[in-house]
Amino acid sequence: MPSYRELLQQVRAEISELDSERARELIDGGEPVVVDVREQDEWDEGHIPRAVHIPRGHLESRIERAAPDPSRRVLLYCSAGNRSAFAAKTLEEMGYEDVVSLAGGFTDWKRNGYPVELQSGLDAPRRARYSRHLLIPEVGEQGQLKLLESKILLIGAGGLGSPASLYLAAAGVGRLGIVDADVVDESNLQRQIVHSTERLGEAKVESAKRTIEALNPDVEVVAYKERLTSENVERILADGWDVIVDGADNFPTRYLVNDASIWHDIPVVHGSIYRFEGQVTVFKPGVGPCYRCLFPTPPPPELAPSCAEGGVLGVLPGVIGSLQANEALKLALGIGEPLIGRLLLFDALSAEFNEVKLRRDPDCPVCGEHPTITEYIDYVEFCAGTREPA
Amino acid sequence: MTRVRIPPTLREQTGGQRELVAEGDTVRDLLDDLTSRFPALEDQLPFANVYLEGEDVRTLDGLDTEVNPGSTVILLPAMAGGS
Repeated sequence: MPSYRELLQQVRAEISELDSERARELIDGGEPVVVDVREQDEWDEGHIPRAVHIPRGHLESRIERAAPDPSRRVLLYCSAGNRSAFAAKTLEEMGYEDVVSLAGGFTDWKRNGYPVELQSGLDAPRRARYSRHLLIPEVGEQGQLKLLESKILLIGAGGLGSPASLYLAAAGVGRLGIVDADVVDESNLQRQIVHSTERLGEAKVESAKRTIEALNPDVEVVAYKERLTSENVERILADGWDVIVDGADNFPTRYLVNDASIWHDIPVVHGSIYRFEGQVTVFKPGVGPCYRCLFPTPPPPELAPSCAEGGVLGVLPGVIGSLQANEALKLALGIGEPLIGRLLLFDALSAEFNEVKLRRDPDCPVCGEHPTITEYIDYVEFCAGTREPA
Repeated sequence: MTRVRIPPTLREQTGGQRELVAEGDTVRDLLDDLTSRFPALEDQLPFANVYLEGEDVRTLDGLDTEVNPGSTVILLPAMAGGS
């Protein structure tokens, strides 16, 4: 039986190695997939920029996600070049055609004074809490750190705001703002799952804050116990938000959120519900259409019943609010294809999704080429139904 | 004949029907056919977007957009509800 030293020598003779200088040239050229096969604590203390972290023990099971194309060059490194030599041998056996191991490893890389990425990293409790995110390559540690730095503003702590706020909080979005002037009412509890019977009469923002902080102490909740208006919108947006999740229950607020988001360049994840049907889309200023491109004129109030007037199936906001959380997380992480320029329709009775295309209106009074509305208007009057349809 | 999806906010005007079959060569003809049978729709339709095969007819030829038999039309008024 060969000793460790003999085995290492044998493996090193069979694989390709390169030195730090050559490795740096390749990495700067952006060519290879760089894989750090060390353990978590070693990675946390610094690693080669743009490297992917796959501990040696997980190499076989995770390499395909990091390097799906077996013909692309893979550069492996560890601390001294031994573990990466064995790892290179393994990848060759798996069919990777161009595998190199960094001789001297990260120790030699650092000795040369080459760039090292240090990150704050997640501590052990957070690594446990978000472990299912860390396993997803599109999220991972970098993505989770991004979520913890993210700031998302929810308009409404009602049907849509309940599931959206819970999932965003559970996901570790670092700061959640919630705007709602109402108190918890018995008629809310059929669907507004962020509240509970013992919170009856309590301000919804306070009730939501307590539920969220019990779920995830990483999340800071900023409670705005007020209705969003032209008078307070600038103050609330001045707190700095990356994404707005619109779960308002009336047209004036919808149009106000739209105009403010365009002027502040903040994407809005829009959701609306009625009885058995819901709609979701993302309005991203400068990229896709806005709410006014979609609905230039609100319908008169008598033709647009609210959930309070027409009712809503309790689970429907669960579906639509969760889809909004999904879109908000994608926007915060910068992954996937958000629902920009697409309106997703859900029909709970037939259990069907439909999608229609939304286009920018070049004549839109707010986001068009020659805007005619450039400051906040009286949104209540605008929606009072005294106008003709466009 | 064209299948027209009726959104929940318009179903009281269509006797609760979720989908109607309408006749016509253009979007205007289809909507005229619907309003002749369900006159209460007339006040609502100006506030509804019309999608033909997922495309907003405003980006096509508007009410003059030609409709092929067998295609699907979705009527979509704004809904504000969120709570």
